[in-house]
Amino acid sequence: MSQTTYAVTCHNLSKRYDAREGIVAALGEVSFRVRHGEFVCLVGPSGCGKTTLLKLLAGLLQPSSGVLQFDDNPEDGRLPNALVFQEHGLFPWMKILDNVAFGLEMQGVNRPKRHTLARDFLGQVGLAAFANHYPHQLSVGMRQRAAIARAFLSDPRLLLMDEPFSALDAQSKLVMQEELLRIWKDHQKTVVYVTHDIEEAVLLGDRVLVMSGRPGRIQAEFVVPTTRPRDMRNRNHPDVQELSWRIWKNIEADVRHNLALPDTEATASA
Amino acid sequence: MTSHWKQFRWERALPAVILLSLLLIWETGSRIGLIKPLLFPAPTMIGRSLLDMAASGDLWLHTRATLLRVLLGLLIGGVPALILGLLMGQSRRLAIVLDPIIAAIHPIPKIAIFPLIMVFLGVGEGSKIFIAAFGAFFPILLSTAAGVRQINPILTQVATNYGANRFKLFTRVVLPGSLPSVLTGVLLALNLTLLLTVAIEIITAKEGLGSIIWFSWQTMRTETMYVSLTVLMILGVLFNGCMHWLTRLLTPWHQRTE
Repeated sequence: MSQTTYAVTCHNLSKRYDAREGIVAALGEVSFRVRHGEFVCLVGPSGCGKTTLLKLLAGLLQPSSGVLQFDDNPEDGRLPNALVFQEHGLFPWMKILDNVAFGLEMQGVNRPKRHTLARDFLGQVGLAAFANHYPHQLSVGMRQRAAIARAFLSDPRLLLMDEPFSALDAQSKLVMQEELLRIWKDHQKTVVYVTHDIEEAVLLGDRVLVMSGRPGRIQAEFVVPTTRPRDMRNRNHPDVQELSWRIWKNIEADVRHNLALPDTEATASA
Repeated sequence: MTSHWKQFRWERALPAVILLSLLLIWETGSRIGLIKPLLFPAPTMIGRSLLDMAASGDLWLHTRATLLRVLLGLLIGGVPALILGLLMGQSRRLAIVLDPIIAAIHPIPKIAIFPLIMVFLGVGEGSKIFIAAFGAFFPILLSTAAGVRQINPILTQVATNYGANRFKLFTRVVLPGSLPSVLTGVLLALNLTLLLTVAIEIITAKEGLGSIIWFSWQTMRTETMYVSLTVLMILGVLFNGCMHWLTRLLTPWHQRTE
């Protein structure tokens, strides 16, 4: 419709910090685009600037240079983006219902209406019975489900997720990934999902952008070939395992560097 | 499990048993002259004196005077402290400017400036309430500022991300986020204000629980002194009880200790 057909366009985006030891480049010259309705995963080792990039997209940080463009229409009053944090993203002093309705509250939706909508959505994620609980009374997994419900219910143009399941145990994580895929299928949101878990990225994403650190940049891009709808069986598909392996090979050097281990690249390829 | 519960109940009852035994020892000791009744009048005598004072209306007169000074002091010192604390917690710049000034004024013993305050505010209620307010100011200021600062920055980011304006950020994040700490500050302030008020009353006042203590001591009517001490103890317990109740009512999410 409009001339920008991409939901997000980043061009040479960079972010530098003034630190005590001088200027630190957290993110250097990152360019990529995200299509409407696409699920893009950003994978990389710790300290590669994934979260910085996500916060730039969320508008919580200002880029030092570069262009960041969204295909949005400020007239329609929709929330430009919603960011789901790793954990502790729910307000401890609000009941789950008010937490989930928070986005709507900020958009000026009146109390009865936003409560009805929030109650409805809590039902969809299986938390209806916990509407009047406080976050500390819920498990980490339930809290993250509520945080995701809040993000979807606010109907943002862009959904940003910063390792939302990293605080979960392995089994809960599998269930939550399937849950996320299910909710996403119903709402067809544009998602940028940050993770350090390669399997997760391949399982969830249409496309995986591999980042490397110091300064953060995108060093490779992979299209995930598996069709949707997906479930956990995909994890065992040879294509998926092959892709995960290739992504890992891209990251390994950085991880080894972080751990001050010698690089195996030379010996492996020799 | 049952033995555990029994032990638990037994421990709960113990403070009352100890207290009653002490009172009993005191009573008999005072009656048989083992301890000087002049310094330690028997608890029953103190009780009778308390009832007499209550009946004559004296007790209420003095209690009201003390209570009024404490509560006015809390209000006059607490409200500006709350406002300033909320501002200081949010503005790094303001904190940098005010922190050294507060660090300099805070340690001054509040009683020590009472003579000076009397020069400005006279010998009436004004100077007494000023000292009470001065005492209430710091715990509330410091707790409020600390309470705002300990709010997880993620929550501020979440609110901003969902489009909260400054007003919403204040009412939905800063205020509830700092409330548990504010209430702790109020409790500290209340106890400190009571302490200061009684001390000031001992120095100058004609009315108030502190003035009873000094007057009865001078005239060797010690049972009256003990009446005042008893009422002060009850007030202290009452303040703490009220604040705990208020904390549970206002911050139901903040009950980790249960």
